[in-house]
Amino acid sequence: MTQRPPSPALDQLNKKRRFKDRLLWGIAACALIVIVIPIIWIISQVVSKAIPHMSMSVLLTNTIGNGGGLKQAIVGSITLLVLVGAIAGVTGIGAGIYIARYAPRAIAGFLRSTVEILAGVPSIVVGFVGYIALVVGSHWSFSIWAATIVLSAMVVPYIAKATEVSLRGVSDSLREAGEAIGLRDSLVLRKILIKSASPGIVTGFILALAISVGETAPLLYTAGWSTTSPTFSLKHSPIGYLTYPVWTFYDFPVKSASYLALEAAMLLIILVIALIALAHLLRHKLSKNLPQSL
Amino acid sequence: MSTHTSSTQGLPFSPLRGSPLSASPKGQLNSSKYPYRVFLGLARWWRAVVEQSPQYLSAVLGAIPFLALVAIVIILFHEAFPAIKVNGGGFVTHSKWSVGSEYANPIRRDGVATPVGATYGAWPLILGTLEASALALIIAVPVSLLSALIVVEKLSARASRWVGVFLEILVGIPSVIYGLWGALTLGPFLAHHLAPIANHIPNVPILRFFRGPTYNGEGLLTAGVVLGIMIIPIIASTARDLIRQVPASLKDGGRAIGMTDFEVSRKVIWPWIKSGIVGATFLGLGRALGETMAVLMTCGAVLGTTAHSIFSNMNTIAATIVSQLDSAQTDGTGFAVRSLAELGCILIVITLICNIGAKLLLSRATHDTTTT
Repeated sequence: MTQRPPSPALDQLNKKRRFKDRLLWGIAACALIVIVIPIIWIISQVVSKAIPHMSMSVLLTNTIGNGGGLKQAIVGSITLLVLVGAIAGVTGIGAGIYIARYAPRAIAGFLRSTVEILAGVPSIVVGFVGYIALVVGSHWSFSIWAATIVLSAMVVPYIAKATEVSLRGVSDSLREAGEAIGLRDSLVLRKILIKSASPGIVTGFILALAISVGETAPLLYTAGWSTTSPTFSLKHSPIGYLTYPVWTFYDFPVKSASYLALEAAMLLIILVIALIALAHLLRHKLSKNLPQSL
Repeated sequence: MSTHTSSTQGLPFSPLRGSPLSASPKGQLNSSKYPYRVFLGLARWWRAVVEQSPQYLSAVLGAIPFLALVAIVIILFHEAFPAIKVNGGGFVTHSKWSVGSEYANPIRRDGVATPVGATYGAWPLILGTLEASALALIIAVPVSLLSALIVVEKLSARASRWVGVFLEILVGIPSVIYGLWGALTLGPFLAHHLAPIANHIPNVPILRFFRGPTYNGEGLLTAGVVLGIMIIPIIASTARDLIRQVPASLKDGGRAIGMTDFEVSRKVIWPWIKSGIVGATFLGLGRALGETMAVLMTCGAVLGTTAHSIFSNMNTIAATIVSQLDSAQTDGTGFAVRSLAELGCILIVITLICNIGAKLLLSRATHDTTTT
């Protein structure tokens, strides 16, 4: 290697370049911290304010006026979660399978765009349409089914997208191997495509449910609010859910009401984080022993 | 189907499958010899149904998102149509929002029954929506880009997975909880710590916008910051995926001629992902425009005025739909609900433009990387 002649100007320049480089990564690291700070701030604030008022009675008694507990809201939120999971799960996964596997190219592209556009429709607009069409237009009044339909319409695109992306991620060689040994079409779908894509599908499904559990705006005018356990009739079946007390009671002058808001917020955070953890756990479990390709 | 039965053709009882079905092409079995042929036919039909069912069932399910989208748009515009007719172009330029008198007899305007004195002007709401979203983008875009860059370029796979989990938590935290935090913690924090500093800004036009009374912390700035945090995940994860697509050979080439990592990101990565980043920004914008509860709880929810400063109360379209639907129900003519539907139409049109624009830009960005 030849020795380069000493050049103070070049050294100066390189020093400047190195400084700029360090500066960029310093700022980028700060950006990462900016992402983490709000999470910690929000969770610690809500939990620290709610913990002192937490007791078993919150979980075991219904809301009474603006006090009492949150039993029916917890039951209601989980009921909605199950119903939306069933309806949106079947629809979303089915739609994803169609787009990824069966649809002709042009239709697949078209449906993919529709799914993305539907995902972009603001939740309040979906809720408002549910209110106009179902609650008022079909004379259902506040109804658990109106809420389920509205929430499902919001969540289906996420599930469909996750399903489609993970199905397309399955390696062609794996699928072709299945076809080559003469597997029937439905078996290729079930044993190869869906099985290999299951980590992605399940994760997308559960994360979509986590989003649905935190929705408020679309529920306010479709699910209404109830202080008793949910009923399942089509009409006049308002249902309680955890986000309602947070929004309605947080700025009430009555202490018991604002405590209720904080407790509901804490339960929501626990529920959402539990769902996210479950999603990752399942993904880890499902992706074990899966061949990536041949 | 036919391909794998052909190998066993002619065998009434296939030793391979243990079932006569798979080995019985049409016409092979004689009904006088095999009286159970009817059942075989039935079973074959059933097999065909089972075989074809995923295809047709999933096609039906695949149509549902499309039908839902069409239904949403049609129902919304159908509900809003009389309001669009009566409110006219003034809807987007006027500021006054009044349900009108519910006691006087309704009057007919353009063939639509409306309460006396009902006027609807959405200008402050449209402006407020755009202002809050712009503020959110100013906060979210740099943070998202830089963190996406560091995740792809510097962090280990394990660390970047953790960042992914944090982004998922940011998505998962319910909108009302952002609102709760904004209203109870962030708003007062900004009002007590940032506003006194901001009041040193000279009271001259333009700069005046960044100072002013704080109203208990609810206002444009709080709403914008909360929105910004909420849209970080969507922009960051899109940007991360874009940066991952930049070919390693290009980056290595840059490093080989002695570029620092900063220069590689500016001269190699940035030109590669530029249009995609615009798309990601539009995605974030679409999300910010439609966000409801968090904004409603932090914006102060005033009607009829635009924000005078970054600290003043304001309102957005989405927040107004939620906060005004209750009182709109008292309007016996239904005109108030129709006007809210008109607001919804404006919102859905703006967000659709954003999302379609984002999709076009992003698909072009990914297309570029695959062809080059």
